[in-house]
Amino acid sequence: MNSTSTQFAVQTNMIYETIHQVGMWGDFKVDGFLNTSSPLILDVETQLGNQSEDSSHGTVGGSLKYDQEGSKPVDKVLRRLAQNREAARKSRLRKKAYVQQLESSKIRLLQLEQELERARQQNQYASGGIDVSQLGYTGNLKPGIATFEMEYGNWVEEQNKQTTEMRKALQSHIGEIELRILVDCSMRHYFDLFRIKANAGKTDVFYLMSGVWKTAAERFFLWIGGFRPSELLKILTPHFGQLTDQQQAEAGNLQQSCQQAEDALSLGMEKLQQILAETIATGQLGEGNYLPQINAAMEKLEALVRFVNQADHLRQETLQQMSRILTTRQAARGLLALGEYFERLRALSSQWSSSPCESA
Amino acid sequence: MDKVMRLASENGLMIFSKSSCCLCYTVNILFSDQLGVSPYVHEIDQDPEGKEIEKALIRMGCSSPVPAVFIGGKLVGSTNEVMSLHLSGNLLPLLKPYYSFN
Repeated sequence: MNSTSTQFAVQTNMIYETIHQVGMWGDFKVDGFLNTSSPLILDVETQLGNQSEDSSHGTVGGSLKYDQEGSKPVDKVLRRLAQNREAARKSRLRKKAYVQQLESSKIRLLQLEQELERARQQNQYASGGIDVSQLGYTGNLKPGIATFEMEYGNWVEEQNKQTTEMRKALQSHIGEIELRILVDCSMRHYFDLFRIKANAGKTDVFYLMSGVWKTAAERFFLWIGGFRPSELLKILTPHFGQLTDQQQAEAGNLQQSCQQAEDALSLGMEKLQQILAETIATGQLGEGNYLPQINAAMEKLEALVRFVNQADHLRQETLQQMSRILTTRQAARGLLALGEYFERLRALSSQWSSSPCESA
Repeated sequence: MDKVMRLASENGLMIFSKSSCCLCYTVNILFSDQLGVSPYVHEIDQDPEGKEIEKALIRMGCSSPVPAVFIGGKLVGSTNEVMSLHLSGNLLPLLKPYYSFN
């Protein structure tokens, strides 16, 4: 009798140890199990024979049977315990994966902050010492704009590289095919700019329109969020090289139609300004309650996004048409001239920003 | 839609527009001020069937319902298409029949 009760005690302890271990894994309500109304009654004779086979990890051997009256049968308990172990294991793995994801996100965030700081410093230096934050953008930067500043910074860097490459290529008299590749690459790079601007426009069209993302001298020439294509055509035409009569006529027509499209867009923009001003000013200016006017004005701002997109479309079309009219070599010269023109503008901005202020 | 096609065929050069739409105004200015033609402008926000017209224009493949430019009864497109046509030199030939000679 004594040995039986000892073994009963041992087996009970092993069950409690198992429950305790599972409880440590956190997925198993120990108290709930212990509070079951169904008592544990051990089949002593059966477990006597299996004593030595019980593992030391506290797993309960299959030799225990419970009360037949309706409490949980052995195999169900075992299955439940195994499921709990599995759930605990999966929980640990999920936690590990989540922590890893957090760590890598943290690193990425630090990288982005660094790049943003660098881009901002570049912008500050090149824009004549104007602190972007003074313009009220830093605090109110919409998330998509930080991305744009980074992408645009990369775009300018790549642009400078391509201009240098084009210069070398033209000086070295490379073949038509390689030159064509450079020209196509350069064109696609400009189309990239219009694409990233389109994304930025969806986030903050005022930001794009302000030109704060460009250098000071470039900003002086700003027209609806970018360069004026007809002006560029005028500047670049002498640099294409000798044009045939046909080419000259087509270039002239392109110049004229571009100018006409620009003028129409400018007048459309003026109309939009007028409508926006009227919308904001409706009602009693001075009554102090103007939420309806603000809401109405917000709707009008969508039109502004369309205008900036239209202006970029005009720039892209002008580039494409010009490229169609010209030979590969002429287009290469044109793109080099265009690249260097913007380099000079940016150099002017740097020079201006670092020149000493004249005292009154 | 019948009304759209009827209006387009009745008026050789026409623009479906909205009175509040500044891009519509832009296209109108391009035709009238810059190119010397007089398009018929139909403001769909002032048309009781405006919504159906808008849906019909989108169904016909116009990138945005307004402005929708028809020349010679055929849909040319919206602002993008008009600008592309003009820069490629293909708009003026289409407008020749509609020039008013002073």
